[in-house]
Parts: sequence; structure tokens; C-alpha cells
Amino acid sequence: MKIAVASGKGGTGKTTISVNIAMSLPPPVQLLDCDVEEPNAHIFLKPEIKETKDISRMVPEVDMDKCDYCGACGDICEFKAIAVLKDATVMTFHEMCHGCKGCVMVCPHQAIQATNRIFGQLVKGKAHHVECIHGVLNVGEAMSPPLIGRVQKEIWDNGVSIIDAPPGTSCPMIETVRRADYVILVTEPTPFGLNDLKLAVEAVRLLKIPFGILINRSDIGDQRVTEYAKDEQIPVLMEIPHSRDIAVAYSKGELMIDVMPEMKKQFQQMIEQISKQEAR
Amino acid sequence: MKELTIISGKGGTGKTSIVGSFASLATNFVLADADVDAADLHLIITPTIVQTNDFMGGHKAIIDPDRCTQCGECIERCQFDAINNFTIDTIACEGCGVCVHFCPSDAIDFPQRKCGEWFISNTSYGPMVHAKLGIAEENSGLLVSTVRRNARELAEKENRDLVIADGPPGIGCPVIASITGATAILIITEPTLSGLHDLERVAELAKFLKVPGMLCINKYDLNPDMSNELLNTAQKYQLTTVGTVPYDPSVTKAMVSGKSTVDFSDSPASKAIRQVWEKVSAFLDSQE
Repeated sequence: MKIAVASGKGGTGKTTISVNIAMSLPPPVQLLDCDVEEPNAHIFLKPEIKETKDISRMVPEVDMDKCDYCGACGDICEFKAIAVLKDATVMTFHEMCHGCKGCVMVCPHQAIQATNRIFGQLVKGKAHHVECIHGVLNVGEAMSPPLIGRVQKEIWDNGVSIIDAPPGTSCPMIETVRRADYVILVTEPTPFGLNDLKLAVEAVRLLKIPFGILINRSDIGDQRVTEYAKDEQIPVLMEIPHSRDIAVAYSKGELMIDVMPEMKKQFQQMIEQISKQEAR
Repeated sequence: MKELTIISGKGGTGKTSIVGSFASLATNFVLADADVDAADLHLIITPTIVQTNDFMGGHKAIIDPDRCTQCGECIERCQFDAINNFTIDTIACEGCGVCVHFCPSDAIDFPQRKCGEWFISNTSYGPMVHAKLGIAEENSGLLVSTVRRNARELAEKENRDLVIADGPPGIGCPVIASITGATAILIITEPTLSGLHDLERVAELAKFLKVPGMLCINKYDLNPDMSNELLNTAQKYQLTTVGTVPYDPSVTKAMVSGKSTVDFSDSPASKAIRQVWEKVSAFLDSQE
């Protein structure tokens, strides 16, 4: 079962929830941190790293001896990643390239080759019984979805996969949750939390993935998130009150279930409930 | 005219609450919400929209079954596995147009799509440019650039000398679009290991893009040791520290009542944010 932990708003506790669920469940369980721009799950899990490998994506390389500056490559490229200038030069902007190979295919002189450009790393390790996988986007790279897709290739079939998503509701979040069986939307009971929760709900509804809400720091704001969930008939999976102890533990990279061991059972029950619901 | 963008790397560190307060403290400026993906600034600034514009983003391919001969050319060429049974999966489609170009029967349409909207609004603090990216849409970077460009144009037209932009979390495409070419950035962070880790990456990005940076530590008293680590990191990346803000429940209370922290009460956080703004202001004055 693949469970994604997402939220529209940043800083609601996605990573905290993801790592604590993973550590509460019996093996086999894996955790995939798909927030490749700012991956943080490893800070809490401290996995023993077994493998780090460079990940590359396809970008074009132009053989200037074969090029006659016809401009076909620039015409087909929707992303302004390759352009032929009048003074007979071809410019490529690799960070803009989506890897569609349109330029490679369209070039009448076979002057363009697909080459690989390293744009991030895939890191695999193990913390206790949890298989940990995360991606790290190289600083300065604009496009995270191809790396997120690569991290998700590590999803297995033989156990639970907890997928920590990046914030927002655009391409990186969609790329992360679209393969999930269930999405846990983490929010906080504030106007910002509610506004961004509504956006996230629209996104998972568009993807037709079942989901529920987890209200973190459930006592800091007002009742509007709870009322919204009721009106929309969205299950509230769990509510976690604000606790300075949890916040301080978080700041040091410690787990919630180490500070409050009784939480472990609650996380287990929540996943059990989700699995049962999904089996129906 | 100067342009200040507020970012954080990590989400939820308090960017928007602090930008909302800056709006109350600054003078003669244009406000921009460059977090088009999960925009929140309008919740504490209450803008009145005076102009709504369509944001036209990328194209998406659509196969016309009447014209399609099911030859399979498109499936073979698509690098994104976006075509199943001669239907395009709009979520997987990158809008590259390769299938459109190579279809021998011209059976694939490629309309440009509306991916969101952007607005010019009035607020009690001054004009504001903001946007809403459609759900699950792409091109957030392009929409961020659109918001910034229009905020700058508006500032020039109305002789306003500053644009204050609330940026998105992360370090990817929308963040790069929101800070490239800005006069300075202010990074809002928090004293946690995650905050520290994310600060390093966002500071690295600012260095890479050659944008001068400032640092403000929010909720600094949550973990004073970690706050010291953050200060060391600031020094390492030549970020100017412009102050710290204590953990203060009044920040959330202000948000709940739809007000900025400084307008809501004269709380410790409110006092601290006023001091931060003075330093930010002085830093901006010192920049060319």
C-alpha cells in the first residue's frame, strides 16, 4: 500500500507525520522523501546510507559540424531550451529542458544527440527496520519532477510505502501523489492552513485518490478546518494537539514517538483504519 | 526602484505573517504575492480586486479519435508515457508537442490552456499584484515572473520605490523565478535541524544567483542552540542577520482574526518584527 503524506501549506508537519508513521509500523515498511528541493526525513530517521548515486536526465548536445542552422529544433521546443540565433549559433538552456527529445527527433541532419546531465542524487539507506529513500535536487536546478519520478521508481510491492510529499499543489506535489493509493493531508487549524488544505483537496479529488485529513497542532487556531471537513464529508484521521515538547524534539531532529510513546499506537491504528477502508 | 523577496527554503516558517506586517510598516511600495501555488497573503491583507487577467500557460495535446488511425507513432515518441489506448493522460502530459508534430494524420490538437489568473488589487496598504495557479497546473515559475513583472511596472507607473514579494518555499523553479534579479532577499528560518538544513540550500541558491541576502530567525527561543547554528550559517554565506522574533501565540491569533501581527497587537513578536523591518529597510537603502 502506497500512502502519500501531503499538504498545500508548508511546515504543517508532513515530514514529522511521515517519519513517525514509518517508525511506528512493523516491517516491511519504506519511506520515500519526495521533497527533493528540501528533503528532511533523513534528519529524523538518520539512516545508515548504503548507496548514493547521481541521477541524470536527458538534454540535447548539438554537433556544430552537422548543424546548418535551419531552426527546426528551436521551433519544436516548447520550453525555450534550444534556440538558433541568426548569427549562426545554437544556444541550449539545459535547466529549461524537459527531455522530450523533440529536437533530437526533428533535426534533419541528425546533428543533435541526447546526452545525460546530472541534476540530483538518489540516496538509499536503512534506519532500524525502515528502508529510507530520498532524492536531493542539485542547487540551481529548476525542475524537480523528473527526480521525484526517479525516487518513486523505488516503490516496492511487498509492504507499506510512506511517501513524504513537497508542499503546494503544482507539478512537484502532483508528481508525488499521483501514484499513491491514499493521501493523508496534513493541515493546521488556521486560515492559512485551511486555505491551502482546500487547494490540496481539489488536487487529490482531481486525481481521484481517496484521502483523509490529519489536523496537527489541533488546538492553536479555530474550528474552521473541522467544520470544513464535516461539510465536505472528509474523514479526520487524527488530531494532534500542540505541544512545546514535540516542537523542541522536532527542532533537535528527534521523533514524536520517542517523546510520546503512546502516539505509536495511534499511528498504527490510523494506518489500519486506512488499509481496512481501502480493502473494501 | 528596489525589490525585496522573502523566502524560506522550508515551508511554514512564518514568511507570510512577516510580509503581512511589513506591508503595515513600509511606505510607498507595491506588494506582490509570488507564492502562486498556495497563496495566503490575501487572507491577512484583504485585497479588493480591480483587474483580473488570464494566465495562459503551456499547451496540452488532445487526440481526436475521428482522425486518429491508431498507428502508434505518438506512443513510440512520447518520453513521458502519457498516451494510453490513444488517449492522453493530461496529468502525465508535459505539453512538449512531440506527438502533435509527428502524427502522420494530424489527429492531435494542441490548444494553449488557461493555467490560472493574476490580479491587480487595492489594499489598505497600497496596491498588490497576486495570482492563483490552477489546481495541478504547471508553469508556476512563469506565473511568478508575471506577478513580479507587473508589480514592478505598477511601481514604476505610480512612482513607488519598492516591491515587497512574498515568495514560495523550496529551491526549485518558482523560487528561482521569484529571486532572480531581486535587489535582496530576506530568508525567514526557524531554529530546527530541518530549518538549518533548508537554510544551507536556499543560501547556496542565493549565492549561485548572486542575490544579496538577509536572515531573520523566527521562533528563535524554541531552541537557542540551534539559533546560534543558524547565525553561524548566516555568516558562512555572508547573509546579514536582521533580527530574531520570539515564539508568540499572538502571531496565530492575528492570522485567525485576519490581521497582520503588528496590526493585531503590540505583542513581543510584533515589537520584534518592527525592529526587523527597520534593519531590512536600512539594508535595502545600502544597496545600489
